[in-house]
This record gives sequence, structure tokens and C-alpha cells, in this order.
Amino acid sequence: MLRYAARRIALMVPTLLGVALLTFFMLRVVPGDIVEVKLRSDGAQVTQEMIDSERARLGLDRPLVVQFGDWMRGLVTLDLGTSMWTGRPVAQEIGIRLGLTMQVAFMAAVIAVLIAVPLGTISALWRDTWLDYAVRIFTMAGLAVPSFWLGMLVILGLLSVFHWSPPVTYTPFWRSPLENISQLIWPALAVGYRYAAVVARMVRSSVIEVMREDYIRTARAKGVFERLVVARHAMRNAMLPAITVVGLEFAFLIGGLVVTEQVFNLNGIGRLFVEAVSRSDFVLVQALVMLLAVVFVTMNLLIDMLYGVLDPRVRHG
Amino acid sequence: MSTSMEAGISRAVQSRHRERGLVLRFIAAQPLGAAGLLVILLMAAAAIFADLLAPYDPEAIDFASMLAPPSAEHFLGTDAFGRDILTRLLYGARTALSIGFLSSFLGCTAGGLLGVASAYFGGRVDLLLQRLVDIVLCFPIIVLALVMVAVVGHRPLLGIDLNLVAAIAIPIVPRAARVVRAAALSVRAMPYIDAARAGGYGHVHIILRHMAPNVAAPYLILLTAYIAQAILLEASLSFLGLGVVEPKPAWGLMLAGDSSNFYQEAPWMILFPGLAISLAVFAFNLFGDALRDWLDPKFRT
Amino acid sequence: MSATLSALNEVPGCPPDALAAPILAVEDLAVEFDTAAGTVRAVDGVSWSVRAGETLGLVGESGCGKSVSALSVMRLLAKPAGRIVGGRVMFGGQNLLRLPEGEMRALRGRDISMIFQEPMTSLNPVMTVGAQLAEPLRIHLGMTEAQARARSIELLGMVGIPDGARRLAQYPHQFSGGMRQRVMIAIGLACEPKVIIADEPTTALDVTIQAQILELMKDLSRRLGITLVLITHNLGIVARYADRLAVMYAGRVVEEGPAAEVFAAPRHPYTIGLLRSVPRLDRPRDGALETIEGLPPNLLRPPAGCRFAPRCAARLPVCEKDPPLRGMGAERRAACHRAEDMPAAMPELRAPAAALASGPTAEASAGGPLLEVRGLSKHFGMPARGFFRDGPVVRAVEDVSFTISRGETLGLVGESGCGKTTVGRLVLRLDQPSKGEILFGGGNIATATEPEMRALRTRMQVIFQDPYSSLNPRMTVGDTISEPLLHRLGMRRTEARERTAALLRQVGLPAEMGQRYPHQMSGGQRQRVGIARALAMEPEFIVCDEAVSALDVSVQGQIINLLAELQAELGLSYLFIAHDLAVVRHLSHRVVVMYLGRVMEVADRDTLYAAPLHPYTRALLDAAPVPDPDVERKRPPRTLGGELPSPLAPPSGCVFRTRCPMAIPDCAAVVPPLQEARAGHLAACIRV
Repeated sequence: MLRYAARRIALMVPTLLGVALLTFFMLRVVPGDIVEVKLRSDGAQVTQEMIDSERARLGLDRPLVVQFGDWMRGLVTLDLGTSMWTGRPVAQEIGIRLGLTMQVAFMAAVIAVLIAVPLGTISALWRDTWLDYAVRIFTMAGLAVPSFWLGMLVILGLLSVFHWSPPVTYTPFWRSPLENISQLIWPALAVGYRYAAVVARMVRSSVIEVMREDYIRTARAKGVFERLVVARHAMRNAMLPAITVVGLEFAFLIGGLVVTEQVFNLNGIGRLFVEAVSRSDFVLVQALVMLLAVVFVTMNLLIDMLYGVLDPRVRHG
Repeated sequence: MSTSMEAGISRAVQSRHRERGLVLRFIAAQPLGAAGLLVILLMAAAAIFADLLAPYDPEAIDFASMLAPPSAEHFLGTDAFGRDILTRLLYGARTALSIGFLSSFLGCTAGGLLGVASAYFGGRVDLLLQRLVDIVLCFPIIVLALVMVAVVGHRPLLGIDLNLVAAIAIPIVPRAARVVRAAALSVRAMPYIDAARAGGYGHVHIILRHMAPNVAAPYLILLTAYIAQAILLEASLSFLGLGVVEPKPAWGLMLAGDSSNFYQEAPWMILFPGLAISLAVFAFNLFGDALRDWLDPKFRT
Repeated sequence: MSATLSALNEVPGCPPDALAAPILAVEDLAVEFDTAAGTVRAVDGVSWSVRAGETLGLVGESGCGKSVSALSVMRLLAKPAGRIVGGRVMFGGQNLLRLPEGEMRALRGRDISMIFQEPMTSLNPVMTVGAQLAEPLRIHLGMTEAQARARSIELLGMVGIPDGARRLAQYPHQFSGGMRQRVMIAIGLACEPKVIIADEPTTALDVTIQAQILELMKDLSRRLGITLVLITHNLGIVARYADRLAVMYAGRVVEEGPAAEVFAAPRHPYTIGLLRSVPRLDRPRDGALETIEGLPPNLLRPPAGCRFAPRCAARLPVCEKDPPLRGMGAERRAACHRAEDMPAAMPELRAPAAALASGPTAEASAGGPLLEVRGLSKHFGMPARGFFRDGPVVRAVEDVSFTISRGETLGLVGESGCGKTTVGRLVLRLDQPSKGEILFGGGNIATATEPEMRALRTRMQVIFQDPYSSLNPRMTVGDTISEPLLHRLGMRRTEARERTAALLRQVGLPAEMGQRYPHQMSGGQRQRVGIARALAMEPEFIVCDEAVSALDVSVQGQIINLLAELQAELGLSYLFIAHDLAVVRHLSHRVVVMYLGRVMEVADRDTLYAAPLHPYTRALLDAAPVPDPDVERKRPPRTLGGELPSPLAPPSGCVFRTRCPMAIPDCAAVVPPLQEARAGHLAACIRV
């Protein structure tokens, strides 16, 4: 198992290197230059010398390969560089926002799993009844409703019922957990709906598939109680594909927050990303892309490890 | 000669017969999917005949009727510029469906071809392609689209922002490639492919005649599913101000900008565009799901 | 008194002691399935019964309703598609179909248990074998964990799995197919039920493992007094193991009676046809097989009268009326208007075909071999184990040599994993050989370039096992057959159309079938299309890879005859790959026996079957059951023990030594060379 983990971690390296290469060079072919944009944004007169000196200061005048090498060296030593816009270290920019985003994502994941597993299972076991149809329409709506719009509706609803509107700054968890959660539950719900929908659909189809397996028939032929057939024989097998979806959606959720944070006025990673992109702040963009890639790859690793624990065929394979 | 003509006519009649039977059978077997298809067709009609259906000019600013609630003149109200929301929804359908279909079609077709070729040739080609797909899959779809938009900017052609289409299509490519590859791998293992190889036909012949038709089902399912995704994505990008740009009507755009400032006073501004997005995505998903159940022999008893 | 008893009592001259009450009786059962095409009555008024301690064989081809009737007994039909619409299942004085679900559940696994066909998928992959074995013990017998564990170890010992304590902690994937089926039997036996229903328990297993499992089941059911219902399509198995048998056809029982009597004097034309159409090891091989023409009826629209009448050679006008299942003297029943005249009134079914070619044509032998394989090997690399370490290597084929003359059929037999299919694929260059030469048509296939290979491919073709997956589902049959004509032989469209029609007729299909898609045809028809596709290229040589093994007995005979006729007509050479020894004997001139990637024995057909030299060939012949209870009773049960070793780590020296009854220490030392023991008879064994 340990050796398996080590091998999987080693395999992450080339993938991440590929992500880094792709991101770096994709961003460098952009027409337009942050330096010009930034200098002009102050409304001042901009001379070619000013641009050149600023470029030199940011190290943009060196060959791309050297710049890439520098960035890689920085990544390895966890030095992510400084934002081209604010001039603050990227690590700091990300650090102050990461907690908030992760917390919302985590809350959404918990909500999603708590809702999705029972819903999907019920839907599968009572397949083609009104219960199944209701669940399927509910989950399909979850895929269709844009989370940012759902967020707007939630705020609208809260405003008219409780006269609540999203705070300008959120209370940190360590200061008042209750207040923090009562503030963040709404964005978590808005993105969690889609999350729950995806997972519930997976659970449903997976349970349906497993219930058709020969070993379910064997269990019934042994005289196992139907309750146990589902709980003991079906669920463990059915959960395997569901775990993959829970994990991957978690990684994608951080992407989904890109839009929703905007609505709830959350100062998280998503918003930082949109700002960085619209300001062409490449150093920040590439650091954020790497961060998301690492989250994704790590999630994949965790899923595989969990598979190893739950599925003896992987464990001994 | 007359007999061959008769045969031709009877074949044509038969095939039409079969097609009508097909649609009827689909409706009977998948009523929900048929409902989805109906919504899609209605939306497509709205998009195509927007000029005829829309009561106003989608870009005409009318400060006299700013933020007007739904009324007899403006069924769904007006926005902060006094533009008719119903009109902009109808024209917005044009944007959503054209971008959604085009990007899904391009993404799924490119991905599908890559997937089939990858599965057929196997070996090093497959390995390389899989690694590439792994890399691109690390980017959440909206993040990649955002970066793409930032990189390529805008390039409108015939009213469609081609770069936006590309930005949405490119993240779809590896995802489609992965799914189609998996399907193509199982086709590749079928004895009829071995029979074709034993027949000594060329690679292109085998791929186009024997592999591609047999992955048509997953391709169609993907195509529908990703139209839904693409519509959602276009709406998200437009909402962030990185997709379709003002004053062009687009559903996501109608939720952005001033809407986010005024929607508490004029909720109709966000209610209807959001509903339009949801309904479109819902319809495509409904249809796609039904199509999958219908085409997948596993789900047929 | 139950209906069955009273029915049996009406049989005249039936001694009462033979009429011990049946322990389990299915009476007038009807089951329907909803399909996309409509409602199918898969079981239509079926009755069979089994007495305590007896073994009942339930025989029939696929789709005849034998498994469905068994699943109905357990009330385990797949819901909601299948439902029981009529009849009774009497067990222990009550109708199981009327039992509340709770009582039915309590009965399953305790009083009646079931063993299924697929050992690979019938055990839960994420639960230990111990947990799965303990389940019935704890549920039905209320054992504690410790008691269940002790009993489980005992059960594993009973089914021949040593080291039970350790094995209980393992998962199903750590067991081979045969071992998994033993576990299934242990689960079935756990509560010492009164009846075990085994649904094709050995169909997925190799012939030597099949013999082990069946002997085990027979032995245990005798010892523990368990009643056995054995569902199978294999007449040989029934002949060896069943006391009585019921033959099913198209959702009905057509004949029932003591096994010995039914085999000696079958009363129903279908039973007669079945017995005559299988190639047999216990009879001299003479001419074409007798076959049942046509196909079983579509149960969506079953014929009004006798369901077998359309295929019956002894059909009379009266057969348009449905024949009842009638008592025929003591203990026999048959559903045929002419049952009293049978089997005498059954005309010879032999197709008026040319006699089987007895050897390669004279002109052929003169010109040297058509195909010569020398030292052929194929090693598959498994996925790498680490970044810098290659994965283990499977030696699927190791140092195989043989020749095929013009007009000759070379049979290639062996159990799964012996490499026979890989040899076929290498000869066709569908896989790349690792070593060796394949000389054909003046070139070496092993090293031919792509253009050279393209040219050779018009001269050699292939017929695959599975008629369902060997035709492109998106192409009409006509397109499939005309593809080589248009794209390889350069025919024009009109010409190709005529040739396609001629080819369809040649394989015994009407030319109109060309417009159909594969899913609109039956398995046998599809296999004919596969043959027509191969013939279209006008090849000299065809690889038949298990070409008849997926077909039902009655259809298999037709295809075997077709292959023989085509060979006589066109002077074709075949490499006939199969696991069924009787089929191989029927078609081949010479036979190669393989085991674990290596050739064990090569000889001409008659020599090999009459006087096999290699212990493995002898074991194979012993294991294959023969459809004749008399022959079977006289044969001592000699089953080959042990399991097929992993091809990842084959035994040193002779690969067969781990299971060989004649093995001596020397066998481990060197790989025995394939030596000529007699003229034209080669064996790879140092003890020959």
C-alpha cells in the first residue's frame, strides 16, 4: 500500500510539470502587456522608458525559458513570486483567501454527500416510481440552475424574509464559529446543490447497476434480509464510483466558486482568480492555476488511496 | 428499370416509415426526454425567429421605461437601460444556442476523433494522448475557459464570438476524448474489428467504417450533454464580463453588471434570464439522459 | 394429495414404491417477461418434479426456460421484467408462490439453495469469503461468530479447499474460477438444505475442472442425502450424473423420464434430434452429422400446434394440434402425438451431403505444406510494476510448431489459457509474434511488411467464436459480405451484389437476408454470415477460432456440416481451434493438443483419440462426458486434480507436471521436447 502510494505520488510530478508548462506558455502568447495596462491605469503619461524599466523590474525582458526556469525554481522552494498588480507576494495574496474558499467548498461537500447518498439510493431502489421521478427532476434541476443565479435568488429570499444581506466582511471561524457558519451556509448551499445533484445521480446509477449483479442474486438466494442485501452487499460496491465523483467534484467546486464568490461578495480564491485574469496578472494567474491543479491531482490520489482501502481487488492488485 | 425504381421508392417509403417509427418509439419509451426535445425545439424556433417574435429592438435604450416591472407593454419588464427583457431573452436564445451548439460540436468532434484514433492505434500514440488529456483535465472547465478567454480575446464573426466558442470548446476536447476513447476501446476489442483487420483494409477505412459508427451513440450523448454545459459556461463567462460583451443580448450578461446592483429592487431582471438558462440546460440534460437510456442496451430490457 | 401425485397415480402400471412423493414439484408454471418487443412467455405450463435424494437433470438449449423455471422456484426472477403468471411450486406441503416474502426468505438458503453459472461474478468482490460463507449460518442457524467460523472451515474442507482458516480471510478475486465455484457449493451446503438447484454450474469452467466440480457435487449430495436439480445444456453431463431428466423446448417440457431409459429410447423427436446431432467420442466418426434443421420458435409468437413441428422430420397433419405431455408407461412422459412410435419412426436426419473428407486431397499433399509454423512464441508484457522495472511476462505461446497441408483441417485443442486462440491470432498476424516463423504462400507472416501482409490477407481468413460480436452491428449483412468484394477484390457494384447473393445461398441463407442487420438474425444465421464473409475473399486457408462453441447443440451440428461441405467443395484448409474434443475429432484430420502455451501432443485424429500418448490428452478424454449413461457408468471416474498454474509463473520443466498423475522428479528438470514416438505421432513427455 505504501509503495503504491509512493508510486502514485511520483506519477503526479510529470502531470504537474505539464500543467506548469502549458499554463506558462499559454499566458505568454497573450497580446497586450500588463505593464502598459497597469501604468496607464494611473492616468499618467507613459513613456517607452517607463515601460522598459518596469518590464526589467518584473523580469519580463529576459528569455521565456529563463523566466520559466525561475518560476519552476520558485515553485519548488514554495516561492510563488509577487503579484504583478499589487506587488504583494502571491503566497500572501492566496494565503489570506484560501481558508475561506476551502471552508465553503468543504461545507458544500458535506451538505452534498449528506443529501446525495440517501437520495440517490432511494431513487435507485424505487426506480420508476413517483419518488424516483421526483428525485431525478430535483437532481437534474441541480445541474441546470447556475449556482450564481441560485445565489442571487437565495440572497433575494433572505433579504425579503430576514432582511439579511451578505456582509461586507465575513466573520472568521475562530472568532465566532456559529456566526461564521450562518454566514457561509448560504453560498455553500448555492454551490452544494449542483454538487449534490451530480453525486446523487452517480449514486443512483451505480446502485441500479450493482443491484443487477450476480452476487446480489446470490445474497438473496442465501436468504439474506433485503435490508442487508442493500446495506451490506450493494452499498459498499455502489459507493466506489460515487467516491470518485465526490472527490473530483470537490476539486471542480473550487472552479465553480469562481462565479459564486462574486455574488456573495466573498473574498476568496475564485474572486482573486477572476481579478487576476481580467488584470492580466500572469504571476498570480499561473500560481492559482497550479494551486487548482495540485488540489485536483491530490484529490485523485486520495480517491485512489480510498479505493485501495475499500476495494480488495485494488489492494492486492 | 421500373422494378429498380419501384424498389427504390419502396425503400424510401420504408426508411421514412422507419424514421417516423423511430420518433414515435422514442416518445413512447422516453416521455421525459421527448418533453426535453420539445423545449429545445421551441427554444431553437425562438432563436431563429427572434426578429419576428420580439416586440422591441434588443439594443434600443429607453430611459423613459427604466426598470419597469412586467406589464402589458413589457411582458417581462425592462432592465436598467429600459430595454425589453422578453426581447433580449429571445435574442439571447440565439447567442446561447449558437455558442452552445457550436462549441459542443467542435469540442466533441475533435475529442471524439482523437479518442477513436487513440483507441485504435494504441501503443505510444495512445499513451501520449492520455498524458495530454490528464494534464488538461487538471484545469476545472471554467478556469481553463477563463484563461483561454484572457489569452485569445474576442473575435466576432457573423454575430458569434469565435474566440469565445474556442475557449469553451477546448476544455471539452479532452473530456470528450476520454469518454469516446473508453467506448472505442471496447469496440476495438470486438471480433468484427479483428475481422476487418484480417480483411486487410486500410486504417482510415477501418476507423471510419467500423469504429466510428459504433461510437456514434456515446458521441451523440456527449454532444447533448456538452451543449448544456456550454450554455452554462457561456452564461458564467458572460456573467463575469469575460464572455459576450454589451450591448449584445446574452442570458448570462443580463444577470451581470447593473442587474447585480438593482436586482433587489427589480427582481424580474434576474428572474427571467436565470430561468431561461436553467430551462435550456434542463431540457438538454433531460434529452441527453433519455438518449443515453435509450441508446444504451444495458438499460433496455 | 398434491396434483402431481394424483397425476402420477393415473399412470397405468406404475409401481407405488417408485412413486415416493416428490420433495419439490413445479406444476403448470407460467412465467412472462416484458421486453421492448412485447411480452414473452418464457415458461408456458411447465411441470417437473424431483424426489428426495434424486438428481434431476433439466436439459435444453438457451432460451428454453430451464433457468427461468428454476429461478421461479426461488422467486428470484429479475423484477420488474419477469413475473410468474400461473402454476404452483409445491415444497414441504405448501405452495411457495403463495408464501409471504418473509417466510420465502427464511426458506432460501436453508431448505433450498442455489448455485449459479458464473463463479466469477456470483461472489461479492468486496466481502471476504468467510463473511459470505458465514452469512447463511448466522441468519438461518443463529450461529455465533465463532461457531460460524468453525463450520465454515469445515465446509471449505468438504468442498476440497484446504487451509480453510487462512482462505476465509481472503477475497473472491484471490480464488480461481473452479475454486470460486467450490466456495459457491460450500455456501449452498452451509445449512444442509433439502434441495440444491445448480444452474449450469460448470458451463464457465474448463473440462478438467468441470469434472472435479461435478464429481464433488455428486459425492456430497449422495453423502448428505441432498436432492439435486442440475440444469445444463450438456447431454454428456446429464448422462453421467442424472437419475432422471426433463427435456425442455421453447418454454415447455417435451419429455421426462429415467435417464437411462430416455437415452436408450427417446420418445420425443426433439430429444432424438439432440442426441443425434452432437458429435460423440464414443461412436465411430462417420460422415456428416445428423442435424435438426431450422431454429427454435420466437416465443413472442409461438406456433399454435406442437412447437417443435416446424423442425420435425416426423411431422404429421395432427401436429398442428398442441400435443399434451402424456404418461408413457412407467415413469415416462412425452409431449408428442407419435410418442409411441418413437424413436423407430424418426427418419434419418442425415443431410444428403458429401461424406466427410477423410484426408487431405491427393494433389495437395504433393505440393508440401500450405502453412508451416516453426518455433512460434508470444510473450505479453504485463503493465510495468514501477518506473524503471518492466512488468512480468506472460508466455502465452512458447515454441509451437506445426504444419497444415492443402485441404487439411488441423484441430487445435486445449483448455482456456493454453494459448490456442493466441496461436490463431499470430497466424493471422492480428498479434505480433515474439519469436518464430509462420511460412505461408511463399512469405513469412511473422516478418511481413504491411503491404506484403495486405496481399496475403486475401488468401487467409477467419471465423470467430461469438456470432454476436463478430459482425459490425451498424452494417447490413449484405454490406458486410460485399465489403471484401468491393474494397479488396475490386469488383463493381452490380457484380458484387450478385456474388453476395450467391455467397449467402452457399452458406444456406436466402439472398434476401442481405438486407438485414445482425441483430435481426439468430446466432446460427449470424455464424453463417461470418462464414460467407470469410469465403467472399476466396481464401485458401481459414482460421476457425471456436467457431461453433457459442452455438446451441442443434445449430452447432448445422454449422459443423457446413464447414465440412465447404472444405470438400472448395478445397479449403482449416486451423480449427476448439475446446470441445468431440467437435475437433469430427472435423479434423490431425490434432494438436496444447497446455499452458506449449504443444503436448500431435497426431492424426484416429491415432490421437484411440491411443493417446500424453497423460494430459488422456486426462482430457477422460474428463469429457459422453451422452450415454451406459458408457458413463462403465467408466471409472478419473478426474485430473489440481488447478491450472498461473501463466505468470509456469512450473519448471514440463508445465503439466504439477497435475500429472505420472510425474516423477525428473519432470521438473527439463522441458520435455516434442518427440516422434511413432510415425507422425509426437508427444512432449519423458515418460512416453
